Amino acid sequence: MPLNWKTGGLLLGLVFFAAVLLVKPIGVSTQFVIFDAMIGDVANPDLITQADEGYTSTNAYLAKSGGKYAKNAANPLNYSFVFVLAMMAGAAGSALLRGGIGREERRLPAIWKANFGDTPWKRYAVAFAGGFIVLYGARLAGGCTSGHMMSGMMQTSLSGYIFAAAAFLAAIPVSMMMYSKEG
Amino acid sequence: MSTIILAIVIGAGFGAVLDRIGATNPNWIGKMLSLKHLHLMKTILLAIGTGSVLMFAGQMAGLVDVGHMDVKTAYTGVFIGGLMLGAGWAAAGYCPGTGVAAAATGRRDALFFVAGGLLGAAAYMVTYPAWEAWGLLDGAKLTLGTVPDAGYDGLIALRGDVLGILLGLGFIAVAFALPERPLGRAASVAAE
Repeated sequence: MPLNWKTGGLLLGLVFFAAVLLVKPIGVSTQFVIFDAMIGDVANPDLITQADEGYTSTNAYLAKSGGKYAKNAANPLNYSFVFVLAMMAGAAGSALLRGGIGREERRLPAIWKANFGDTPWKRYAVAFAGGFIVLYGARLAGGCTSGHMMSGMMQTSLSGYIFAAAAFLAAIPVSMMMYSKEG
Repeated sequence: MSTIILAIVIGAGFGAVLDRIGATNPNWIGKMLSLKHLHLMKTILLAIGTGSVLMFAGQMAGLVDVGHMDVKTAYTGVFIGGLMLGAGWAAAGYCPGTGVAAAATGRRDALFFVAGGLLGAAAYMVTYPAWEAWGLLDGAKLTLGTVPDAGYDGLIALRGDVLGILLGLGFIAVAFALPERPLGRAASVAAE
């Protein structure tokens, strides 16, 4: 059972505020691209190149905005990438402190079992396909649930409202069709 | 160097809170998106409202640097991408941040989500020129009102920081007003 929504909401709001007070609003999905670019540059060292005035790439997406993404992939010890690594550590530490996630739940979430039975590989396939669509969509939109929905709406940004409207427009019917049982 | 320390502190705090509110748990995401249990929705709305009120009040008081704002461009692709993310979010029960965090807590399906996500992001990298050529990525960085000194144009003629505080209070009010279980078990017992 998660924290009371008032406590949890206040804590999460304070984290959003701390981020924008001290550095910049929270965002995550860009770092999937940065990680891809790091792998891509190992496989093909011509992907990211250092020029006189900064970094550029043979990939148009990494080269855009003056090679901003290419630069971050070439220097992964930057704020946004370390932020995501720290987020993973924070989540793992928090889960451990509350006794960990049970073995069965780690293998297969209860809501999946209630709706589709004990079919872990089907679940993994759906999670993989879901991840593909989610990140393709997030990059097309220029941000995800954290960057657009949380940080964006917090800043009254129009794009955040457009994104949230579209995301729920698709998410609610899909979820109602797939997960009619609570688990 | 100090920004790296801030990344560690704020990132770890964000990850820990995501875990404690149930956002990294696909069971809670599924119950929220199928409108059976809005606990997580209330949490997130309260968080957005709290963040908004503190940020804009802090700006008005001169405590928060307006230059820290980072407003993204609004364009057609935001809507199309939002639809895609929504569908995948519902099917998988994870979004980019919570998927990565859930993988770190040991959820095996989240590892598959992250792997799919890396492939999806790579697919976007390759197809990006087509979206750009179609003009679907052209737009403007707009805030709802005009925030003083932020450098963004406002959509409506209201002072952006005042509007931000009002909207923040609105998010908080909606968080309190939303029912916990609109279509949840308590309601469905009678129908069975």
